[in-house]
Amino acid sequence: MDANPIATSPPENGKTKASARLPALLDLMGRRASRLIVYSLLFCAFMTIPAYANNYVLEVMSNVWFYVILALGLNIVVGYAGLLDLGYAAFFAVGAYTTGILTAKFGVNFWLTIPVAMFFSILAGVIIGGPTLRLRTDYLAIVTLGFGEITRIAARNLKISGGASGLIGIERPSFFGYELSQIVHYYYLFFFLSILAVFVSHRLQHSRLGRAWQYVREDEDAAEAMGIPTVGIKLYAYVIGAIFGGVAGCFFAAKMTAISPETFMFTQSVLILLAVVLGGMGKIPGVIVGAFALVLFPEVFRGIGSLRMLVFGVVLVIIIIYRPQGIWPDRRD
Amino acid sequence: MTIRDLILQQLANGLILGSFYSLVALGYSMVYGIIKLLNFAHGDIYMIGAFVGFAALSVISGFLGAGWLGILPAMACSMLAVGILGIVIQRIAYRPLLSAPRLSILISALGVSILLYNTVMAITDGEYMAFNVGLGWKGVSMGSVYITYTQIVLVSATAVLMIALYIFVHKTMYGKAMRAISIDHDACRLMGIDVNKVIALTFCIGSALAAAAGVMAGVYYGSIHFFMGFIIGLKAFTAAVIGGIGSIPGAMVGGIVLGMLEAFGTQLPFVGSEWKDVFAFAILILLLVFRPTGILGRTEIERM
Repeated sequence: MDANPIATSPPENGKTKASARLPALLDLMGRRASRLIVYSLLFCAFMTIPAYANNYVLEVMSNVWFYVILALGLNIVVGYAGLLDLGYAAFFAVGAYTTGILTAKFGVNFWLTIPVAMFFSILAGVIIGGPTLRLRTDYLAIVTLGFGEITRIAARNLKISGGASGLIGIERPSFFGYELSQIVHYYYLFFFLSILAVFVSHRLQHSRLGRAWQYVREDEDAAEAMGIPTVGIKLYAYVIGAIFGGVAGCFFAAKMTAISPETFMFTQSVLILLAVVLGGMGKIPGVIVGAFALVLFPEVFRGIGSLRMLVFGVVLVIIIIYRPQGIWPDRRD
Repeated sequence: MTIRDLILQQLANGLILGSFYSLVALGYSMVYGIIKLLNFAHGDIYMIGAFVGFAALSVISGFLGAGWLGILPAMACSMLAVGILGIVIQRIAYRPLLSAPRLSILISALGVSILLYNTVMAITDGEYMAFNVGLGWKGVSMGSVYITYTQIVLVSATAVLMIALYIFVHKTMYGKAMRAISIDHDACRLMGIDVNKVIALTFCIGSALAAAAGVMAGVYYGSIHFFMGFIIGLKAFTAAVIGGIGSIPGAMVGGIVLGMLEAFGTQLPFVGSEWKDVFAFAILILLLVFRPTGILGRTEIERM
């Protein structure tokens, strides 16, 4: 490296200059304090939205939080561990169907279905991840895609999941005897779940496991040489991502009270992946911004309607070529 | 229907299904062999091929009719146009990312796939298009097994395309360059091979073969749809893996094997036709677990 400083240093300087301005400013203001202020302001802003927003805005915003949870879950798989998962909607389906079947067909209390859904998500994660995580990431991508389709086809063909027309009459959860039936309840529910998801993601990212994921993502062979059990570590990422999706699915079923297999199409998996890639893989604020962009974009540009996925395709290619690190990327040392 | 007839009938069905899978799998395998990319957009290329063929046929059938005399030129048009499309996609979406991390180019391919099928969806309003061909149901029968001339022509056309590809890859300079690049890019560059040009050519041929399969599927099934490439993309990938991804004869064999497995698998008492896709993916997953190199694949030694 030192042998030729002239050749290597200018581009590096150029890179750090542009991205260092904002953090430098934050440092100036006292980083932690300013962050805390920004976060509390945001928190207050989102807490007070129901006070002045109409139902449409609340609907869109609870959708935003819902996608934030899913995107944060997928971010653990794609962003932290660097595994491309194209069937993430399957886990979301597992959660939604577990809750749906248990409440609608067996009359189980909603809250009790969550641990069951977590169990099934873990099971699905292990079944699909266990054998395939030894393979290269592109094989994994196709297998997860196939798995997503298997799940959807199974939901469509099985009797217990209501077939092609899906499940109806999923019980609304009650909270200390108070039934959650208004959109505002779900807004707060998804908002708090998002905060929980952010918290869990953040703790995971900075844990021993999180560092192992980063290592595996950057250089799997080197990680293995350093004694990291790479397959096990990847399986953890996969299973934890599955739990996020499963739990989000439970609440989705409760909010919609009806689910059908077409909710869990391949496009759903792609949308969640887009949120992660658009925002910046591996960074929590980036992923949240990605989820916001993803949900708000079609709402703002309602006029282009069916063309929105077309535009997304173009945006995806352009972003990955010109700004592969996303809108708000992880600063990697 | 006796057991023997059932087996013969399913052999015929498997063979025709397998021909489509093989043609699409070839594109996957060639591209994978040369730049180690799983081209997610490949299934959509097949779909585009079917639609271009449909458009070409509706023009050509005015002069030559909608029989084979019209279908073959339409297929040639589609192969040419889609081959060029393959080069364009490669140039815009993949070439800038050849040295980027693997995940980037996979996501780019995904973006291309989304773009392609949504474009067709927007143009066709998501409707099915009827592929009007005047081929009739004439054919030969052996006992209670009935095989139409259409099926025979389609399987023969597949065989011709594959033989042509085999000759191209093994007897021409470009084919030799292709095989060389799949072994070592840098060494090829040093030997004076225009690597980018050969990569573009690989995309062109792979896409043209997928387009041919698309037109054939349109002719055979009688209708086309913007989402038709999705499932066959997955299946063809499965076929490529069965044969050993990166291997051209492997893709041919893998496609036929998958077609047969599917044709016979759906005859099993507990696997109805609504489960046939699940059956194929289950095979894929089992195969990746137990024999990831496929039937004809080489074991890769990873060097660091």
